[in-house]
Amino acid sequence: MTAVLEVSDLAVTFGAREGLIKAVDGVSFSVARGEVLGLVGESGSGKSVTSLAVMGLIDPPGRIARGSIKFEGQELVGLPEEDFRRLRGRRMAMIFQDPMSTLNPVLRIDTQMIETILAHEKVSEKAARARSRDALAKVGIPSPEERLVAYPHQFSGGMRQRVAIAIALLHGPSLIMADEPTTALDVTIQAQILAEVQKLAEETGTALVWVTHDLSVVASLADRVAVMYAGRIVEEGPVADVLTQPLHPYTDGLIGSVPSRNRRGVPLAQIPGMTPSLARLPAGCAFRPRCPRSTDICATAPEATDYGGGRKARCFHPLIDLETAA
Amino acid sequence: MLVYLIRRLSQAALVVAVMGTIVFLSMYAIGNPIDLLAAQDASDAEKAELARQLGLDRPIWEQFLIFAGNAMRGDLGKSFVYNEPTLRLILQRLPATLELALTALVFSVALGIPLGVYAGLKPDSWMSRTIMSGSILGFSLPNFWIGLMLILFFAVELKWLPASGRGETVDLLGVPVSFLTWDGLRHLFLPALTLSLYKAALVVRLARAGTREVVMQDYVRFARAKGLSYRRIVLVHVVKNMMIPVVTVLGLEFGSMIAFAVVTETVFAYPGMGKLLIDSINRLDRPVIVAYLMFTVLLFVIINLIVDLIYAAIDPRVRLVEAKG
Repeated sequence: MTAVLEVSDLAVTFGAREGLIKAVDGVSFSVARGEVLGLVGESGSGKSVTSLAVMGLIDPPGRIARGSIKFEGQELVGLPEEDFRRLRGRRMAMIFQDPMSTLNPVLRIDTQMIETILAHEKVSEKAARARSRDALAKVGIPSPEERLVAYPHQFSGGMRQRVAIAIALLHGPSLIMADEPTTALDVTIQAQILAEVQKLAEETGTALVWVTHDLSVVASLADRVAVMYAGRIVEEGPVADVLTQPLHPYTDGLIGSVPSRNRRGVPLAQIPGMTPSLARLPAGCAFRPRCPRSTDICATAPEATDYGGGRKARCFHPLIDLETAA
Repeated sequence: MLVYLIRRLSQAALVVAVMGTIVFLSMYAIGNPIDLLAAQDASDAEKAELARQLGLDRPIWEQFLIFAGNAMRGDLGKSFVYNEPTLRLILQRLPATLELALTALVFSVALGIPLGVYAGLKPDSWMSRTIMSGSILGFSLPNFWIGLMLILFFAVELKWLPASGRGETVDLLGVPVSFLTWDGLRHLFLPALTLSLYKAALVVRLARAGTREVVMQDYVRFARAKGLSYRRIVLVHVVKNMMIPVVTVLGLEFGSMIAFAVVTETVFAYPGMGKLLIDSINRLDRPVIVAYLMFTVLLFVIINLIVDLIYAAIDPRVRLVEAKG
């Protein structure tokens, strides 16, 4: 499998002088063609910033401090803005969290779709319109011809997210960054959209990075999962392995805090404490103050260790021992 | 839509009626016109005769009833001074003032929107700071002073532009307009600029605030993620949203621009409605003052209605249905 996206040692910082905040610090991952990577973490773990960095949408005072982002073999860090613009929307697309606010309220749907096509291709407006209509039909919007001339406020939240997905798919991108696109939707709509996106990604071989805080979404959608905590990926691996046999205590805590049929009647576990402020991260492993297994050694930052089978974790005290795993 | 219009029009009629009452009665507070109208050596009998001719000898409630009755039929009385229907006097001067106000409106938009959007996009650049400081000047310098300074500079020192009057006019559909002649345009430029500076400053601040708010929105980020050019994002996605508050305020300000034209027209001796009003106040020509104020009220009411309609055209979320209140 060739990697569509290869991020290595990415660091994104915000703020200029002493108050430098490392929102993302040394993140590496890759996504292959047709693969779905779930990027999981709590609020402030750096997952959204990571996806914005890939799209080249980090605004000052934020900036990419180091690392590399390779997309289809092309280095994106330091890419001139005009070259980046030609990639965005065409080869790589993004879907955002809140469908109520991602479409421009004063422009009709057809305007917002056609402009996306015309930004990258020299086609007639008529052809662009026909393609927009087909794209709406593909994401399951009924009577697309009429809906083209509607305004965003005339759609429900789920329908708007479908429109946003249709826009993202217009150029058949090889990578879609999805930043919690179903979080703001009803559970039933969420399930529909997930199934839809999964089908579309499979058909077209699009690589998908699905940013979410919802482990159940990851379980049903992703091939692999990367768990982020305080700007670092603490664990990564095939989704089934990570969810059934987590290595990192944080992943274990996350899984334990999801309600499950199998643990009926048992009080829901929680991770004590709260996500640390990025401005005052503890030295060493950032999870140390909340970790039940931490020892003195955790005061030094753990390196990512390869556990075989595509699994990696940053922990001195993983939940399985190395001998049995090997 | 129709119900909405009917409701708005009946509200407007009420406003005009109340305003008419207040205006008519308050005229009695500013002095007796007979003292100014009669010759200086006129005897008391001559003065009483003049008052009788003008109907000023009758009790105030009777005068008001006559005024109200005539006003219902669209007759706002005759000028004491010109002995002509006041409405005709005003309508003669209206094209000049409207032309002035419209030109000033165009100036303030052409000046204010680009500067405001620029300052909103790059809030920390020194250019933006200069623009914002400049807008404070636009706010605080008095209208007549700006007018005088412009006359001093462009008319007296440089002798580029004329200092007063309206210049050559041509008839457009029976209305005399000056913007179609070179001489007229030269006469229009300075007063329109004077009148527009305050509004331009207002537009700059509104446009800047609107732009700063809009660029933070998710749909702008999504537009960037679609790979749109910066130009298109700013000109279509940002400006169209930013214009919503600007249009609202500008529409309302257009009315006040016509009212503020009084000062500018006086400074430039521009033959508009404002100058007529000042002259009439000086001569206590009551019918003209009353008619002018009634006319202004009507103008405001109509402008407000038009603004609401334009507003609905830009913002599709606004639907003009039976609104409460």
